[in-house]
Amino acid sequence: MDNSLYMKFDAKSQNEAFARSAVASFVIPLNPSLEEINDIKTAVSEAATNAVVHAYKDELGTIEIFETITGNTVEIIIQDQGVGIEDIKTAIKPFYTTKPDEERAGMGFAVMQALMDEVEVKNREGGGLIVKLTKHIN
Amino acid sequence: MEVKYKIANGVLEIFFFGELDQHSASLCKDALDNLLDSTLFSVAVFDLTSLSFTDSTGIGLLLGRYKKISKMGKSVYIKNAKPNVEKVLTTSGIYSIMPKI
Repeated sequence: MDNSLYMKFDAKSQNEAFARSAVASFVIPLNPSLEEINDIKTAVSEAATNAVVHAYKDELGTIEIFETITGNTVEIIIQDQGVGIEDIKTAIKPFYTTKPDEERAGMGFAVMQALMDEVEVKNREGGGLIVKLTKHIN
Repeated sequence: MEVKYKIANGVLEIFFFGELDQHSASLCKDALDNLLDSTLFSVAVFDLTSLSFTDSTGIGLLLGRYKKISKMGKSVYIKNAKPNVEKVLTTSGIYSIMPKI
């Protein structure tokens, strides 16, 4: 029952609710628990929020999501074409934020790691960030 | 996202409805601050019974309000988080400063 989904949308905060719901709904044929659905929804929201808040400085960019289901495994790639992250090791540490004045908790990557089986973060060649989230549905 | 409140015997209960994320947090932040500035209370309680979703942006919003309330010398508590909301709250360690009741 392998399947795939691709979406591309403006990096605007009002698109986050749609993106996380669509990505989570796509997994429903695997018969996930409500907890698994919510884990995916929350992790995608974190990654999309990062892209909306940090990726693009003075321009309106886009966010792309590739979702693939292989067997019982869901892989979700959230990528942008923005500035990327200079020091990924530091950025993913809990409570680390470059925007404390905006009341950022600095917990985005920690939440993704708590909810997903695997989280991979890397800069794209030519600019931007790729976040790969993997979850095995039981 | 909607926020309502009730005050009785000095306890300000703030009820969150709907989904809390980057978009909705930015919309309700000022309303919450106005409420805190214009209300006489001794204890604040964030009632999350009807909050169906939050990510860490929601944690940022709650922490920001916590800082404001604790500067006033008052305490804040959290109650009735749904399991998915509870997971985000627990991961962030927020209960160590805003106890669960």
